[in-house]
Amino acid sequence: MTRLMSRQDLQNLRNVCQQALSLETKKILVCGGTGCVAGGSLDIYARLKAMMEERGIPVSVELAHEPHDESVGLKKSGCHGFCEMGPLVRVEPQGWLYTKVKLDDCQEIVEKTIMNGECVERLAYKQNGEIYRKQEEIPFYAKQHRVVLEHCGHINATSVLDYLAVGGYQALEKALFDMSAGEILDEVSESNLRGRGGGGFPAGRKWKSCARQKETPRYIVCNGDEGDPGAFMDRSVMEGDPHRLIEGMIIAGIAIGSSEGYIYVRAEYPLAVERLRMAIAQAEEIGLLGDDILGTGFSFHMHINRGAGAFVCGEGSALTASIEGKRGMPRVKPPRTVEHGLFDKPTNLNNVETYANVPMIITKGAQWYKSIGPENSPGTKAFALTGNINNTGLIEVPMGTTLREVIFDIGGGMRGGGKFKAVQIGGPSGGCLTEKELDIPLDFDSLKKVGAMIGSGGLVVMDDKTCMVEVARFFMNFTQNESCGKCVPCREGTKRMLEILERIVAGQGRDGDIELLEELADTISNTALCGLGKTAPSPVISTIKNFRSEYEAHIYEKRCPAGACSKLRRFVIDPEKCKGCSKCARNCPVNAITGVVKKPFTINQDKCIKCGACKTNCAFDAVREEA
Amino acid sequence: MQLNNMMTVDGVPVRIEGERNLLEVISKVGTIMPVFCYHSYLSIYGACRMCMVEDDRGRLMAACSTLPEAGMKIRTNTGRLRRYRRNILELLLAEHCRDCTTCGNSGKCKLQDLAAQFGIKDIRFPNSRVNLAGDSSSPCIVREPGKCILCGDCVRECNEVQHVGAIDFAHRGSKATISTAFDIPLAESPCVGCGQCAAACPTGAIIVRDDTRKVWDMIDDPETFVTCEIAPAVRVGIGRELGLNISENAVGLIVAALHRMGFDEVYDTSTGADLTVIEEAGEFVERVQKGENIPLFTSCCPAWVQFVEKKYPEFLPNLSTARSPMSMFAAVIKEIYKDKLPEGKKRHYHVALMPCTAKKFEAKRGEFVTEMGPNTDDVITTQELIKMIKESGIIFKELEPESVDMPFGTMSGAGMIFGVTGGVTEAVLRKIASDNSRTTLAEIAYTGVRGMDSVKEADIPFGDKTLKIAVVSGLGNAEGLLKKIKSGEAHYDLIEVMACPGGCISGAGQPYISHRHRSKRGEGLYRADRVSTIKRSQDNPLMKELYEGVMKGKVHELLHVDYVKKG
Repeated sequence: MTRLMSRQDLQNLRNVCQQALSLETKKILVCGGTGCVAGGSLDIYARLKAMMEERGIPVSVELAHEPHDESVGLKKSGCHGFCEMGPLVRVEPQGWLYTKVKLDDCQEIVEKTIMNGECVERLAYKQNGEIYRKQEEIPFYAKQHRVVLEHCGHINATSVLDYLAVGGYQALEKALFDMSAGEILDEVSESNLRGRGGGGFPAGRKWKSCARQKETPRYIVCNGDEGDPGAFMDRSVMEGDPHRLIEGMIIAGIAIGSSEGYIYVRAEYPLAVERLRMAIAQAEEIGLLGDDILGTGFSFHMHINRGAGAFVCGEGSALTASIEGKRGMPRVKPPRTVEHGLFDKPTNLNNVETYANVPMIITKGAQWYKSIGPENSPGTKAFALTGNINNTGLIEVPMGTTLREVIFDIGGGMRGGGKFKAVQIGGPSGGCLTEKELDIPLDFDSLKKVGAMIGSGGLVVMDDKTCMVEVARFFMNFTQNESCGKCVPCREGTKRMLEILERIVAGQGRDGDIELLEELADTISNTALCGLGKTAPSPVISTIKNFRSEYEAHIYEKRCPAGACSKLRRFVIDPEKCKGCSKCARNCPVNAITGVVKKPFTINQDKCIKCGACKTNCAFDAVREEA
Repeated sequence: MQLNNMMTVDGVPVRIEGERNLLEVISKVGTIMPVFCYHSYLSIYGACRMCMVEDDRGRLMAACSTLPEAGMKIRTNTGRLRRYRRNILELLLAEHCRDCTTCGNSGKCKLQDLAAQFGIKDIRFPNSRVNLAGDSSSPCIVREPGKCILCGDCVRECNEVQHVGAIDFAHRGSKATISTAFDIPLAESPCVGCGQCAAACPTGAIIVRDDTRKVWDMIDDPETFVTCEIAPAVRVGIGRELGLNISENAVGLIVAALHRMGFDEVYDTSTGADLTVIEEAGEFVERVQKGENIPLFTSCCPAWVQFVEKKYPEFLPNLSTARSPMSMFAAVIKEIYKDKLPEGKKRHYHVALMPCTAKKFEAKRGEFVTEMGPNTDDVITTQELIKMIKESGIIFKELEPESVDMPFGTMSGAGMIFGVTGGVTEAVLRKIASDNSRTTLAEIAYTGVRGMDSVKEADIPFGDKTLKIAVVSGLGNAEGLLKKIKSGEAHYDLIEVMACPGGCISGAGQPYISHRHRSKRGEGLYRADRVSTIKRSQDNPLMKELYEGVMKGKVHELLHVDYVKKG
């Protein structure tokens, strides 16, 4: 590909790509997101390709410069978000979405859909007996508003030409030729874009403050160390629309006066790393990255750094330390990262989703951006929706959407008819919200008022079979493992909190444990060095606040009200139903069951290890589990 | 306008005068904050969280890492803060070895002190200390990770001050430890034995190796002739812990104590230093004249020698071949008594009292071991000497001072100032100076070689040349000079290097002293020099006697060493 030397060159290439795209009417998009790849989507892609070629169907994998409308585009797209239903295959122009596609389905897809334009209905999504052929009609998608993720699943994630064809690098063009650095800063400030990494700090203010620093060079750093359990918003952008992130970062570079960008990606995201590498190489090749971009004299170089699997490296100062090759430990502030960040130089650090919002703001303007969502938290937010609900996956909704809409409309309600109990928001740093908070709008300020936070956007929905003490233990275990070990409250305090939670779920809780947990939580949240430590007790604080009685039942009655804690299960034999067959006793691995044949058997609770073998083996349903 | 830079600490108005953090401001109102990880000369780490303070809006901040601002109203001791501090201490203690009675650092431990101050009685958490294996591979220091509170003081000392980089953090969360790279034994690591980590350690996690037991055994053995030498810095480092003034020259009392403990003969390493001055000055003049291996680096400091060996072997030829005062004196005294041990004695055991942990390593170096064994059989640090004195029950400050023994009991003032940064250089300059008039000596003293600055430079006229001299203490500062020399940015003829900031007076074998008080110890040595009748090494009458007597024909064998590249 030839290097673009001017604005005209870029526009010409974009026109060619747009034309090619418009002619490429028939398209099969195989999801190439991590979830679907794990489900075998790459094999499906290869099989489809082979089958189409066998049958003499012209396949176009790349956007062709001289397209003809007979060919069928076969693309590897980014994540569609509906990972639970993967591997996913999207059919255009009809907009059909095939779910849970298997290798064996390929033949039918080729013969019916590609050759004859028929829908393979058995692969379409079904909910409550209704068949949804079109992706956009599926309830999971219908209520979403995709801005950052608009291209994910819809374009070839491995080609810069596809990105150009859907209007990519228009914002960069505008920023380079029609705007001054100050105007970009003003536009971003005016849009009131707030950092999507958790804190919600206004991006414009951060950019301006970094641009004001006298020292040079300045650095643009992207936090792609998305580490919350179950969260994968940033991964989807990096995998599915990598050029959008790159474009956002270059614009930040223009605005702040920086020519070096670093993307810090967790090493657990190999596909994101691969796609980003590919995207950077392509952008360099056509001259959208590198020296003298489009002949403007502005240069921007990008580097990828892989994290080594530490959650704490998502903290700003730990992240920059890690890029520098040092141990990823947060340092005391001030100085702030904008003053002394990477290599001790002024640094603008935002997360992936934040940068990915920038191109749209530049192209469509701050006013357009502010028209989405509430005034103080405009725009959309991507959430990773998981837990005991029907539709799990990645969603994007306008800020201010209520939890109820997210869980019951998009998420399709509770799975298996369970009853909604709570939703954990903000990952291990966040807290849980209950029924009474379901109508709270999801935005930075409203959540803060109820002591929760958006965080990076993890939403774990829990039903009444979920033990809240166990949830607190799970998250505490996570933070304890991920603590860097630097400050005492976080290193030692979380260890002790975990120790207490472990004994409570094991039925060893003691009088005073709740109070001790509260005291430790107070100490840690007030004295820890960094955000990770300060928020580590949040899941415990919020579960105690909302579900204190569950803690008490574990401690004082040695009972798990949700029936989830295995150590607190209690099996009893109903003497009425027991026929004395001795099968349970014979299957008990610890000889906890005794009795005389043909008379009711009994379980010695002191010996019982709660494995449930007796219940499984009883032919008369005489073994009962007591909650 | 003055009001603009005022703030209050516990209601007391205090002016902000360029302090770098709230801790410095708080200290001005006479409040001592509890800290584990703050040392004014190290980077701010902010990990122990003991120094949290509260402002008038109830916001908490760590005093070590918060900039003072006009109008701040902070409280250092509220109920909340006390509760948090007690919890932090309790958390630390739950994870910590609590066998204080048998700990090598008992009585000097900050954790012990603060736990007592805050009245920590019950620990509400199970003691889950993992018995981590200690590391006693180093002849200089012993690591006991089970006593580590991960304040990182040692790591910053080793990396920021000394640029040695032998230890750092490993693992994370509650599994975090301080470790050498890949957990190799310290002795195989880049550690140079300077012991500054041990000096910085607030607990007993890194302590100076205790070699006193063997010395006692030798003293107790009637057939062993036990001699001892006292390094210059020891005399000004020992006093405060034993009831004297901070920089009081206690050499007479030390001699008295050693005699009473049972040492047969007691000498002064300053005598060895006189030998070093003569040899090193001769070598220096020769190298300057020949233009070979310039700059000449002093080699008295064993940690520095190891630093060059391990990190900059290309500079080994620049090290002076003159042995350190300890090794010269030990070689000579072993030579003297080789064939004429006193009546009834079958072997000679020589102990060096040093301010230094690295000397323990130097004593064991193959270069200083003969077929009769090491010249210096044992090195006892000032800290260990204090223990021995206390163990003996001697009330140190009530002793009558005694002089060192003859026939090796004369030394010059030049030899004594070896213990402070710049001392070796000053002694060498006295040696090569044209005369010994008072003016000349004063001129040398004021060339810029004195003082606690980490890097000092001086231009000295020598014949038709001007010699460029640098005096540096702290290995990090020394590395800075090495880099400049390598890049050609700087040229020097003579560079004195002492690994410990301020020189041997702040050696890791000395009782810990704050940076503020270091200069006091140096002043103590300069005072000793002022009252000594012999100022220059070559004027020490013993020198002539030795050169013409026992050392005749053996000068190179006894007084020189070639540090060669290993492996």
